[in-house]
Amino acid sequence: MSSLNINGKPVKVDADPNTPLLWVLRDHLHLTGTKYGCGIAQCGACTVHLDGRAVRACVTPVSMASGKQVTTIEGLAETALGKTVQHAWQEVDVPQCGYCQSGQIMAATALLKENPHPSEAQIATAMDGILCRCGTYNRIRTAIQNAADELKGGAK
Amino acid sequence: MKPTTAEIPGRRKFLKDSAALMGGLVIGFYLPFKGGRAMAAEGAAKPAPVYPPNAFIRIAADDTITIVVNKSEMGQGVYTSLPMLIAEELEADWSRIRVESAPVDAVYNHTGFGMQITGGSSSIPSSWEQLRRVGASARILLVRAAAAQWGVPESECRAENSRITHAASGRMLSYGDVADAAARLTLPQDVALKSPGDFKLIGKPVKRLDTPEKITGRAQFGLDVYIPDMLTVLVARSPVFGGKVKRFDATEARKVPGVQGIYQVPTGIAVAASGFWPAKTARELLEIEWEEGAGAGVSTARMREDYRALARTPGLTARKDGDAGAALKSAQKTVSAEYEVPYLAHAAMEPLNVVVDLRADRCTIWTGTQSQTMDRAMAAKTAGLKPEQVEIHTTFLGGGFGRRANPVSDFVIEAVQVAKAVGKPIKVVWTREDDTRGGHYRPMWADYIEAAIGRDGRPVAWKHTIVGQSITAGTPFEAFMTKDGIDVTSVEGAATIPYSIPNLEVGLHSPKNQVPVQWWRSVGHSHTAFVVETMMDELAHLAGQDPVQYRLALLDKSPRYAGVLRLAAEKSGWGKQVLPAGHAYGVAVHQSFDSYVAEVAEVSVESGKIRVHRVVCAVDCGMVVNPDGIRQQLESAVVYGLSAALHGEITLENGRVVQSNFHDYVPLRFSEMPRIEVHIVPSEAPPTGIGEPGTPPIAPAVANAVFRLTGKRLRSMPFDRAALA
Repeated sequence: MSSLNINGKPVKVDADPNTPLLWVLRDHLHLTGTKYGCGIAQCGACTVHLDGRAVRACVTPVSMASGKQVTTIEGLAETALGKTVQHAWQEVDVPQCGYCQSGQIMAATALLKENPHPSEAQIATAMDGILCRCGTYNRIRTAIQNAADELKGGAK
Repeated sequence: MKPTTAEIPGRRKFLKDSAALMGGLVIGFYLPFKGGRAMAAEGAAKPAPVYPPNAFIRIAADDTITIVVNKSEMGQGVYTSLPMLIAEELEADWSRIRVESAPVDAVYNHTGFGMQITGGSSSIPSSWEQLRRVGASARILLVRAAAAQWGVPESECRAENSRITHAASGRMLSYGDVADAAARLTLPQDVALKSPGDFKLIGKPVKRLDTPEKITGRAQFGLDVYIPDMLTVLVARSPVFGGKVKRFDATEARKVPGVQGIYQVPTGIAVAASGFWPAKTARELLEIEWEEGAGAGVSTARMREDYRALARTPGLTARKDGDAGAALKSAQKTVSAEYEVPYLAHAAMEPLNVVVDLRADRCTIWTGTQSQTMDRAMAAKTAGLKPEQVEIHTTFLGGGFGRRANPVSDFVIEAVQVAKAVGKPIKVVWTREDDTRGGHYRPMWADYIEAAIGRDGRPVAWKHTIVGQSITAGTPFEAFMTKDGIDVTSVEGAATIPYSIPNLEVGLHSPKNQVPVQWWRSVGHSHTAFVVETMMDELAHLAGQDPVQYRLALLDKSPRYAGVLRLAAEKSGWGKQVLPAGHAYGVAVHQSFDSYVAEVAEVSVESGKIRVHRVVCAVDCGMVVNPDGIRQQLESAVVYGLSAALHGEITLENGRVVQSNFHDYVPLRFSEMPRIEVHIVPSEAPPTGIGEPGTPPIAPAVANAVFRLTGKRLRSMPFDRAALA
């Protein structure tokens, strides 16, 4: 039995400790916003936050999440930053098929948390691990830059 | 995917039949509590006299308008663009539009193909008339109902923003107020549509209706479906195409906690478990001996040699103008070249998956499919049921690119077979490795071209031989897409070359093997545009002429090709723009799915690595429905084509697919992304395809730029195999 804190709520899960967090979120808790894309940390569709840092849930054993705060796309709007990023995504109309977008948004939010004013190169580095087959990368960059501007405006 | 348009024999017949089948348009309204979806399904195929509660529009008492969309949303934006067509004529309040995916029913058939299917970049073209008429008919009935209630002439009433007003008396009714009364009226016969000048919505940038769900994790893809008592199933499939299980030992696999059962199914061994992880863990412990069959002999290295040899021999004639052989013999300047492109996996971000709840008298399926009618028929056949006993819920598709319109319903049939074996509701999940190695690839192709130019530099001869598998052979599509041995999708873009060349021959060889092949975004064009447009660049070079001017002179009979080429050249500053040192432009133009796209790529080669900095696209896709949707599709199509051009390759050794996941089947990543500009040619022609036409020109545009930089011709894909350092 693993004790977890997901999106601010304590949950207990009966899963083998080696089970990747991804499948605990999906199969046990039906939090399906976190996606399976590759299972080997190549595509980033499963990106969630562990104590605020972006991790790949597909290669994170649930045992490693124990005692830490897990944030998924479903809980992202609880923070002002998460809301700002989602709003930027909406304004730029980023998604196409949408499958990778939870991971993109989680990665972008973690980036902006660490670095509120990322350069283009820093955005490219931070987002390089999250694949999109629909080609939304340029819109993602625009959305991240808009969110950064929004945050700057808010701080004034 | 294909099929599309006039090339397909019998399309006109389909159009006629489907119109007859629909019995005119069926429009209806009913309040949700009066029966919902089931009513639409019941009434659908009946002729018009009985009022068939329709299919496409539901107006609720609170004025919410639900548009039932009969095309699958896989990123291309049909959940926005198709409702726009209805809303325009309906005079609907766009902010109150909701979207629901259609069940399977004849009323939702594609107007051109006579079945429910999403592909061939045809959603807008095939729905353009149909859905505007649906919207207009509904508006007429709503106005009629309001006028009747007020006892005033319809002509004095005006519909706008989901409201009907009678100016003289100052009265107003909302659509929700009269929806019920409107539903009892007889359908109007002659429905006048707006002239484009009166459009309020069509042609304006409209935000996607599915974005809110897709940025919050709420959007439901097939993989997100969980139903009570459902088991997750992974299937161990043959490592070789066409292989069968000889014997297996599941002793160790059964010991994994969570495993509920292990079953032999026609495609392999199915492991049913409480979730993905135990199923995957157990699958790795299976010991299976395979009867591999002839597929074990397939090697792409060997095929390459065979294909190259075959390309030097005459094939079936797909086009013959003049006498290319004779013209080549007498020509002064000739050039010949071999081309190769590999098998490609679609690699949608969401791996294949299907949920099946199979009962004695019915079967319910949830999956992201592009091909509902055929999938339902094959599921029914597999389950021993009638098609009407099978229900398909089409979820969002985490990418389709053609893979999810499988012409033999591979993933759906297998899932029903698994459901039969397991006897409980199941979800078959394909791992990324399964998806990459599961076949149904874009075919591998080899081409040989001999061409010659005359004294003025214009081409006088062009002899093109194509070698590759037919994607329709052995499928239900073969009957109307293959004629006299020529699969139209094998030669599209090559036999339809637009340039004025007096002696032109295109030949085709269609060898067979065990590797299943299928349409892949832009189908035959994904390969022919590369071959034709890089060879045109060679001819321009041989003639000592500018590649844009050279093409324009040969496009004298093809104004829409010339139009996009001029626009892309102008917007990119072709021939004028001073590029950074080490950068060069390359250009290509191609028509597919009745749309014309020219692309200018700005490229550099750094330490042997190709870098694409910027792509300027010009598109002529007829009248524009949602300009922002068109931009999205061009951006997407360029990236999809660029992934393949630079990195994409599926190879086989001893019948086994070498690549398995995103580390060795590599899509374009963020840091490789070029800036993409999209310029749309204003047009009053009916709208044509947009999901695919942006893909074909990118590979040749990049290859042509690389030639300008390095003097090397890239004639095989992927380009990152080429030594450019």
